Amino acid sequence: MKLLNYTSVYFSLALLIVISIWAAAFYYTMLIEIYDSIDDGLDNQKGLVIQKAATDTTLLKKNNFDESDYTINEIPAGAALNLRDTYIDTMMFMQNERSDEPVRLLKTVFLQNGKYYELKVATSMVEEDDLVKQMFFSLLWLYLGLVLFIIIFNNFLFKRIWQPFYRLLKHLKKFRLDKPEPVTPIKTKVDEFNMLNETVQKFVQRNIDTYTSQKHFIENASHELQTPLAISINKLESLAEDEQLKPDQLKLVASALDHLERLTRLNKSLLLLSKIENKQFAEASAVNINELTKKITADFSDQLTFSGLKLTIAEKNSCIKKMNSDLAAILLINLVKNAIIHNKAGGFITITIHSDSLMIENSGVEKPLDQQKIFSRFHSDEPSSASTGLGLAIVKAIGDLYDFNTAYRYEQKHIITVHF
Amino acid sequence: MKILVIEDEQGMRESMVSSLLQEKYVVEAAADFYSAREKLEVYQYDCILLDIGLPGGNGLVLLEELKKQNNTEGVIIVSAKDSLEDKVKGLNLGADDYLAKPFHLAELHARVKSVLRRKRMEGSNYITCDNLKIDAEQRMVWINEKELTLNRKEYDVLLYLVMNKNRLVNKSALAEHVWGDYIDDTNSFDFIYSQIKNLRKKLKDNEAGIEIQAVYGVGYKLVS
Repeated sequence: MKLLNYTSVYFSLALLIVISIWAAAFYYTMLIEIYDSIDDGLDNQKGLVIQKAATDTTLLKKNNFDESDYTINEIPAGAALNLRDTYIDTMMFMQNERSDEPVRLLKTVFLQNGKYYELKVATSMVEEDDLVKQMFFSLLWLYLGLVLFIIIFNNFLFKRIWQPFYRLLKHLKKFRLDKPEPVTPIKTKVDEFNMLNETVQKFVQRNIDTYTSQKHFIENASHELQTPLAISINKLESLAEDEQLKPDQLKLVASALDHLERLTRLNKSLLLLSKIENKQFAEASAVNINELTKKITADFSDQLTFSGLKLTIAEKNSCIKKMNSDLAAILLINLVKNAIIHNKAGGFITITIHSDSLMIENSGVEKPLDQQKIFSRFHSDEPSSASTGLGLAIVKAIGDLYDFNTAYRYEQKHIITVHF
Repeated sequence: MKILVIEDEQGMRESMVSSLLQEKYVVEAAADFYSAREKLEVYQYDCILLDIGLPGGNGLVLLEELKKQNNTEGVIIVSAKDSLEDKVKGLNLGADDYLAKPFHLAELHARVKSVLRRKRMEGSNYITCDNLKIDAEQRMVWINEKELTLNRKEYDVLLYLVMNKNRLVNKSALAEHVWGDYIDDTNSFDFIYSQIKNLRKKLKDNEAGIEIQAVYGVGYKLVS
C-alpha cells in the first residue's frame, strides 16, 4: 500500500471516530438547550394563564385543550398539596399532522378564591427522530467532504513534499556499484529528507570508495606481481639451463616453473578482468561474429585434433555486433577453450550462430553444472585442473559490459548461450 | 652486436644481461633514466631493451630522443604494464617491438634476434643453422638447398627453436609463442609433444643436421 493511501485511510478512520463523538456530544447539548428554552416558554405561559384566570373566571372551566394549549381542572386541596411543578414528555394528537406527536407538558397547581386548580400547559416539541436524521445527514456530508478534501490535499501536498524522497528512491533503484552515477540531492526544507539525502550520499560514496579501492587493489596487486614473477621465472629458466643439474633437480625446477607460470596466467586473467570492469576497452567497431568464430576455431584446430574433438559451426544468420574487437575475440576464445577443457575424449563441440545470439554446446561430464556458480570466479568442479577458473568469469564480465545475456543450461550436453 | 638493457629492477636486469651474454652479445645495462640517457648519448647500440617505468623519467621520452637523432638501433619496449595504450604509443614512436612482463628468456632472445635481423636487412635475408636455411620473410625452409614443406605451426616451432639454438626452451614459452591463447593449459605438454613429434620426423626424413631434444618436464633444446 502506498504511503499516501496509508495515511488517507488512517485520516478517514480517525475522522470518523472524532466526528461521531463530536456528533453525540453536540446532539445532547443541543437537546438540553432546546428543553431549557421550551420549559422557559411553558413557565411564562403558566404565569400568563394564571393572571388571565384571575380576571376571567370562565377560564377556570376550560377542561380541554381544544384550540388552545392549556387546561384547567379544579382539584381537591389534599391532592393539590402534594403536587409540584412537573415537566413531562408526552404525546398529543395534532390536527395538522393527523397523528400523535410529542409535546412538552407543564403540570402545575394554583390557588384562586380558596380553590385549588390544576393547570396543564403544553407546547409542541422538536421531533427527535427528525433532528437525529437531519444531523446525521449533515454530518455525513461534512465527513465525506472532509475525507475528499484530505485525499485531494494530501495528494497534492504529498507529491510536493515527498518529491525529494521519490527522486532519491529512483536514483537508488538505478544505482549500480560498477557503474556509479552521482546521486544528486534535491533541495528541500524538510530536515528529515535532508538528513536522508546526506546519509544516503555518504553511504553510497562509502560503497563506491570501498568498491573502487578493492578493484584498484586487485589491479595494483596484479601489476606489482608481474615483476617478481618475471624475475623468478627468468632466474629458474637460467637455472634450468645449467648443464650440471641432475635430472631430479631439473624436475624440481620444472615443477616450480610450471606453478609460477600458472600464477602468471592467473595474474594475467585477473588483470584482464580488472581492465574489462574498468572499461579500458573503449574502442568499438562492427565485429562479424561469424568470421571471428571461424578464425578462432581454425586457430584451435591443432588442439581440437589432438583432443579428438569434433567441432561444427552452424551459421543460421550472419551476426554483426558493435563491440571492441579484442573483447569479442577474448569472449570467443574463452568459450571455445572452456568447451575444450571440459570435454571428453571423442566428444563434440557445436557452435550455432543466430543474428543476435551465439550458442556453444559441448559434451563432457554427464550431469548438469550449477547455473549460478558456473560464471563466478574460481568456481571449478575439478579442483586439480590447471585452468585458472576465470575463463567463464571473463565471458560474464564482457557480457555484463555490453549487457549481453549469458546463460548456462544442461540438456544431455552443456549449453552456453550469449544473447547479444 | 651491442645491446643496452635499460631496466630498473635489479633481478630482472641481471637475468636479462646474463642470458644475453650467453649469446655472445656485448651487453651493457642502465638502471635509471639519467644513466640510460648518458649511455645513449655516448655510445652506439644495435639493440636497446627499454623499460617504460624508470626512476627519473619515462622510457618513452628516451625513445623519442633516440628517434630524433635518426639512429638505426632496434628498440624493444619491455613493460610490466601490458597496456594497449603504451604499446601503440611506443610503436608509433618508432619502437620495433613490445614485450610484456613477465616473459620467457627464450621469447626475449627470439625478439632480439628478429629485431637485429630486420635491422640488417641490407645483408643476408637468411637465417642459417647447420644445413638448414630459413627465409623469415617468405617463411620458407630449405635443408641442403632442398625445400622443406612445413605447416604454419611447425614452421613457427622450428624458427623459435632455431632462434634459441643450443638453449633449453621452456615448453610454456614455446606454447605461448606459437599458439598464444589458443591452447588449453591442462594438457599443453602432451599437445606440444605431439606437434614436435611430426616436426622431428620431417627433419629426420630430410637429413637435417639439427636435432630437437626433449628435456623431460622442462621443454626442448635444438642442437646441431
